[in-house]
Amino acid sequence: MKLYEFQSKSILRTKNIRVPRGKAIAQGDDASGVFQEIGCSRCAVKAQILAGGRGKGGGIRFASTPEEAGAYAAAMLGTRITTRQTDQKGIEVKHVLVEEAISIKRELYLAILVDRSLRSPVLIASAEGGVDIEETAKKAPDKIVKEPVDICFGIHPFQVRRVLTKLNISGIPSAKIHNLLVNLFHVFIDSDCSLLEINPFVITADDEVCALDAKIDIDDNALYRHPEYKQFIHDQDLPPAEVVARKYGLSYISLDGNIGCLVNGAGLAMASMDIIKLHGGKPANFLDVGGDASLEQVVQALKIILTDPKVKAVFINIFGGIMKCDTIASGIIQTLKETGIHIPFVVRLEGTNVDSARKLLDDSGLGIISAKDMKEAARLVVKVSE
Amino acid sequence: MSIIIHENTKVLCQGITGQAGSFHAGQMLEYGTKLVAGVTPGKGGTMKHGVPVFNSVRDAVTQFKINASVIYVPAPFAADAIMEAAEAGIELIVCITEGIPTLDMVKVKEYLFHRKTRLIGPNCPGIITPNACKIGIMPGYIHRPGHVGIVSRSGTLTYEAVWQISQKGMGQSTCVGIGGDPIVGTDFVDVLRLFQKDDETKVIVLIGEIGGGAEEEAAEMIKREITKPVIGFIAGMTAPHGKRMGHAGAIIAGNRGTAASKIEALKNAGVTIVDNPADIGDTVAKV
Repeated sequence: MKLYEFQSKSILRTKNIRVPRGKAIAQGDDASGVFQEIGCSRCAVKAQILAGGRGKGGGIRFASTPEEAGAYAAAMLGTRITTRQTDQKGIEVKHVLVEEAISIKRELYLAILVDRSLRSPVLIASAEGGVDIEETAKKAPDKIVKEPVDICFGIHPFQVRRVLTKLNISGIPSAKIHNLLVNLFHVFIDSDCSLLEINPFVITADDEVCALDAKIDIDDNALYRHPEYKQFIHDQDLPPAEVVARKYGLSYISLDGNIGCLVNGAGLAMASMDIIKLHGGKPANFLDVGGDASLEQVVQALKIILTDPKVKAVFINIFGGIMKCDTIASGIIQTLKETGIHIPFVVRLEGTNVDSARKLLDDSGLGIISAKDMKEAARLVVKVSE
Repeated sequence: MSIIIHENTKVLCQGITGQAGSFHAGQMLEYGTKLVAGVTPGKGGTMKHGVPVFNSVRDAVTQFKINASVIYVPAPFAADAIMEAAEAGIELIVCITEGIPTLDMVKVKEYLFHRKTRLIGPNCPGIITPNACKIGIMPGYIHRPGHVGIVSRSGTLTYEAVWQISQKGMGQSTCVGIGGDPIVGTDFVDVLRLFQKDDETKVIVLIGEIGGGAEEEAAEMIKREITKPVIGFIAGMTAPHGKRMGHAGAIIAGNRGTAASKIEALKNAGVTIVDNPADIGDTVAKV
């Protein structure tokens, strides 16, 4: 789960990490009032979207008067921002963060994430903050410092000194940075982050350290032990179909093609999308019903697919191990009868109870197309979708 | 021979009285796996499928010689279950559980570092040596004994590959599902090394997917160490960036983890890449 900047900063604040004073507002709230409340001469007005690169997309403005802050916020709220990380439609701005502008001496980059090949959290730092870290990594990999952090010990003082030397930071007591890094690591562990990124992390004109931006991703698998983040789930800005899918324990991602897919297992679901593409078609979605879906889950999954107006044909690919093929067949028949929708269904079933499932489909009189294997199914569904 | 497990592997089942654990314990026994004991805290002294249930792994290992433990414990308790089995000295742990927090797995890996235990999974279908031993949730009947070693990050896609291979009249030496999570106990590289040494394995099938760099690491290793033919398939050619495709580990972050980069790396290592997932069996038959 990705958190907005203002939500991430509220978490940092609880661990005594300095962030600019500010407040997030929504449509109808008074940005000029927030400006006055903060009581400084200049404020940043920042559009809150779950994608990077918003500065170049016009999502950050600086206001010198309450009126200016009000005008900028009003201009952002409700509009869509397009950045290099969004699609062409962009993302609607539902929140704006108004916060004090900080006078910056140096900008740095800091992040903690889990390195999959090291199987350990790593601290990543760069002397070049505020810019795209992936660009820096490509152009000047030597400017990036990487320190694996031991999950049991946390970050050691010698590692902090090493980072400071490499980043060429002097003059600031390393104790200050050490505290900051220790606190950041605590946030990372205590909040079950998969990513904690501060870009830029700044040294202010009066030699304080401050997180000017913040991006936190929380490990979805760990949400069960963080009731405090339940409130954030509503702000996720997911498409309605993905919200319904979550509710029924389905893994669904909308794509831009016209062939709806229902598959059991993530790997087979991806392979099914790939084979459709290979046969010249375009998948409308990724949908993994899971290893042991109930009749209700199958019906709900099909309804999600059929709600998508782009869908012209449905491809069902099931390798039943624990999943029983007849449950899938019953789900298809029930859905078609309930919704009365008549678009072609191409079904490939293999595994547990496959014979009774095929009989159910053949006897249903609903014109469901059975395929003997994956290749034939892909070929047929692409043909009927055209 | 086979790798990792064989007909005399004695298996313990942690979480044997739960819904999934109980069902699959029954299936494993039916397949012929030597499942000798189960563990569910608080249910010690009872029986399940004619197998004694203990309160702890320690209790079980004092009564039985156990080589492997299979874990069906729910995600919040799974990391603890893995460490409990390792602490009791069990050599092989197969963790089926899906949805374990990543940081729990970082701790588990740290815990296992100084121990002899091998972990397979989590979030995996398990491991099977056809007609000898099945530890996991895969449907047994699709497998046939033979000479193809399969290693995969996926579940049902592996069944698909196994089925295609069996339909062609060939069979498998051992099939290992390493799991779809960002951090897994046993990687492609570990399994490839075992297949290379195993006389029974003549051909290796590697099934990867988008996300992470495990396939690229495997490619490097194949180039250096593997002399047997390797056939590869990577799922997720059409997956969009930044979206988690079901598996926690299947996500393209930035430019990393794309199917294209994995396929290129494997091709460079001499691996035969199958573009169409329906052609895995045919391609193996040709080798």
